[in-house]
Amino acid sequence: MNTVMNEHLGKNLHYVAHKRRVREDKRFVTGKGKYVQDVNLPFTKHAAVLPSPYPRARILSIDTAAAEALDGVQMVLTGEQMAVDCNPIRLGLKLPEINWYPLAVGMTCYVGEWVAIVVADDAYIAEDALDLIEVEYEPLAAIVDPERAFEDKDLLVHPGHGSNVLYHGNFLWGAVDEDFAAADDSLTFRARWGRSSTVPIETFGALASWDEGTEILDIWASIQMPNFVELMATTLGYPLNSIRLHQDVDVGGSYGVKRGIKQSVLVAYLSRKLHLPVRFIEDRLANMAGSDAHGPDRIFDTDVAFNNDGVIRSLKIRALDDAGAYPGRAPFQLAKPISAIVGPYKINSVKYEAISVCTNKSGQVPVRGFGQAPTNYMIEAAVDHVARHLGLDRLEVRRRNLIQADEFPYQIPPGSKYDSGDYQTVLQKALDLAGYDDLLARRDQARAEGRLAGIGIATVLEPGGGNNIFEYLMDPTAEITTFMEGCEVRVDAQGKITGIMGTTTSGQGHETMMATILGEELQFDPDDIRIVHADSLNALPTRSPIASRMAIMLGSAAAGAAGKIKDRAMAIAAHNLDRPIEDLEYAGGTISDRNDPSHKLTWAEICFIAYRAYHKLPDGMEPGFQAQYIFQVPGGGQLPDENNRVQVYPCYSFQAHIPYVEIDPGTGRVTVVDYAIAHDCGTVINPDIVRGMVIGGLAHGIGAALYEKFSYDDEGQFLTATFADYLMPSVHEIPDVKDVEHCTPSPLTSHGQKGSGEGGYLGAPAAIASAVNDALAPLGQQINELPMRMHKIEALINAKNSTMEKPR
Amino acid sequence: MRKHQIELQINGKAIAREIEPRLSLTDFLRGEQGLSGTHIGCEHGVCGACSILLDGVPIRSCLMLAVQADGHALTTVEGLTQDDGSPGLLQAAFQDAHGMQCGYCTPGMIISAQALLVDNDDPSLEQIKDAIGGNICRCTGYVQVIESIQLAASRMREAHL
Repeated sequence: MNTVMNEHLGKNLHYVAHKRRVREDKRFVTGKGKYVQDVNLPFTKHAAVLPSPYPRARILSIDTAAAEALDGVQMVLTGEQMAVDCNPIRLGLKLPEINWYPLAVGMTCYVGEWVAIVVADDAYIAEDALDLIEVEYEPLAAIVDPERAFEDKDLLVHPGHGSNVLYHGNFLWGAVDEDFAAADDSLTFRARWGRSSTVPIETFGALASWDEGTEILDIWASIQMPNFVELMATTLGYPLNSIRLHQDVDVGGSYGVKRGIKQSVLVAYLSRKLHLPVRFIEDRLANMAGSDAHGPDRIFDTDVAFNNDGVIRSLKIRALDDAGAYPGRAPFQLAKPISAIVGPYKINSVKYEAISVCTNKSGQVPVRGFGQAPTNYMIEAAVDHVARHLGLDRLEVRRRNLIQADEFPYQIPPGSKYDSGDYQTVLQKALDLAGYDDLLARRDQARAEGRLAGIGIATVLEPGGGNNIFEYLMDPTAEITTFMEGCEVRVDAQGKITGIMGTTTSGQGHETMMATILGEELQFDPDDIRIVHADSLNALPTRSPIASRMAIMLGSAAAGAAGKIKDRAMAIAAHNLDRPIEDLEYAGGTISDRNDPSHKLTWAEICFIAYRAYHKLPDGMEPGFQAQYIFQVPGGGQLPDENNRVQVYPCYSFQAHIPYVEIDPGTGRVTVVDYAIAHDCGTVINPDIVRGMVIGGLAHGIGAALYEKFSYDDEGQFLTATFADYLMPSVHEIPDVKDVEHCTPSPLTSHGQKGSGEGGYLGAPAAIASAVNDALAPLGQQINELPMRMHKIEALINAKNSTMEKPR
Repeated sequence: MRKHQIELQINGKAIAREIEPRLSLTDFLRGEQGLSGTHIGCEHGVCGACSILLDGVPIRSCLMLAVQADGHALTTVEGLTQDDGSPGLLQAAFQDAHGMQCGYCTPGMIISAQALLVDNDDPSLEQIKDAIGGNICRCTGYVQVIESIQLAASRMREAHL
């Protein structure tokens, strides 16, 4: 057997860190994935939704009679009717006057908001019936611009709330005023992150079936979120244990956004009303306009204090975020970045003003990184601004500010300690991979030939592992300090091993990851270990696959459960071999006496005793062979101190990105020609999975940087309801990516692993912006707004050309 | 609604059915034939998740009505497996190079790659990009997809030697 020596862990690894097939892939390549659309129950009915054409309007009347009369229609439901039976969906912050219902009640708050839902024998008839619903609206002026929404006291999205401000808070960590006064210089800049999202190729879908006999609601949903079942229960007014979420569905991409709580509540409600299974699969229009699945839309105004050598002393950050009409958990996307608010840099103090406002747009959900991607974009922009202001090399300024390898664990001003890292080495690896000196020459040659060419440099921290405590920073009644993941391991009477996880998977390869760790710990071939997803009534506690946390949390829980299995086997062996445990050795399931290897119990014998031979079990041991382990997030469990300082996420991965771009001077079109990335997420459990997520995140970040945007016009009309308008990168927009790993293990996890699902997306927008600005620098132009679509860059080029022509 | 009789071949099997004229080809394959490997992504012909082969040519099954497939031979991702249902050469290459994550775009991606490789077992990078240029993947950033197709091509060349 091949082994890899992990020199940092001092362990020989048999499966972890080896290139091995990803077990999930077999079902996907053969067309046997089981997505929510593929779950079939007899007599299932199908739903379709009616969108509002207005950004803001009073609903004067809804006439459903003609739709209900259509042959094959089972039911037509409006928000008014549903609100009688259901509670509003609970929001993240306590905003009692903002009532979010699955269907609009009395008023529509954005274009595409669902006004009514039809259930019919098939989806075709349901859509026919939508055309027969007559809605009388009184259109009203809409609130579109977030800065105006913040100021406006008259035009309100939710009049009962009294303003458009969902959250406004100020944080001060360290002596900001003193640091600004002591610094040689300072500058101010604005950076704007555009309204984009992850837009998975599978829309959200849910299938619900209420069983009056058992009084259980079965639901299959393409879901990725914590608290989903709890939210359903509180909205529907059901006891928590009457909802059974089936978590063995494949989720066709999520990256944070698959949080279809309103969709799921709708099908649950309709199923119980009709005593039939009801399925709702969003079509793309319903998804883009009405799914409440948009991402952060953020304006940063930042002051940076620095010395003439480029060392950054302090930051004052003001972030204004547009949550859309219904906030859900959107405001918390301003709080999580507190976990790494200074990025990988040694910045002594920070002032942070966070503002979340509502507007008449589709609602915001958590997107990959939970607010960290915009924040990283702003931090890296700050470094580039400082370098440009001082006329210093961007790389040198970064090197002067990066935390050094011998300074870990490193505590940042808001209290989080970065667990481990070697940022200088990883940055150097990226530069070596990019062939940085040659790249500079190539850029300069391109410029000499009259082309616009630029190199991007960005470093990025990826906090991983999760921890809700940032909620407390915004809402001190939210005393949530537990953030756990459970794993159960069962060994059956044949000695076969089954690992049970308690949540869904949306492409991250959790089954492979968990089997690899169980195989490593128990010394069995991972391919022989079964992994299943428990339904929510059977599952151990979980916080779901958010926050780059599953390798960290489920991986460590799996190692913990495997350890308990081994302990149990050792206890059985010690009892039956009549030897103290210290004398025994575990190897591939067989336990033998170190001093007399022939004196042993095989795995089969141990399993037989566990299941069949009670008389051979140690006194007091329960029969059977299973173990549970619930892993609490490392460093969690504390409330913030009186200065709002607290450990947020536990583990901190690091990446360095070096893209090379060229810009067509005629059209402003940016081509990403080359891309080098070095990444360090500690011990890699499965190299193919990690590499895929790093590069995939990077591609997603290129989309956010250059193309993707949910646009509204000044009146609030939605302009990007199709893929032809929203613009996602195809293979032609993604360069050949060169990547290299580095490993600085985390001291906090079972095998030194950290998170890897978000970093590519957190770093690429900053890196591409850095490259584009480098390309525009010879023109004396810069852009500080994403996405950097062609027409914006073209305008900058033309502005320069016209000023150049003026003297003539 | 008056039903129409269609006769066609799906994955080498002759099929005759009476269907409604407005039934989309995707819904026909998924709902009536149980071939759920063909996925719906956008229903406006941009994302490519619903790609299948029609007489060997990759098409968007969401943009076609099932009646239009009358008299044609269709291949879906299920038709590329070996006889025992295990992954075929191209599918195994996607496994070995991990050319996917969530798997949702994968059947369409594999169909587009199949259409390329059937005529050309030594495609250039540009030819591969052109072949999958109409398939959007949100997970991978395409790099491991390209590597999967290159791996499949190299295995095909070895098999032909």
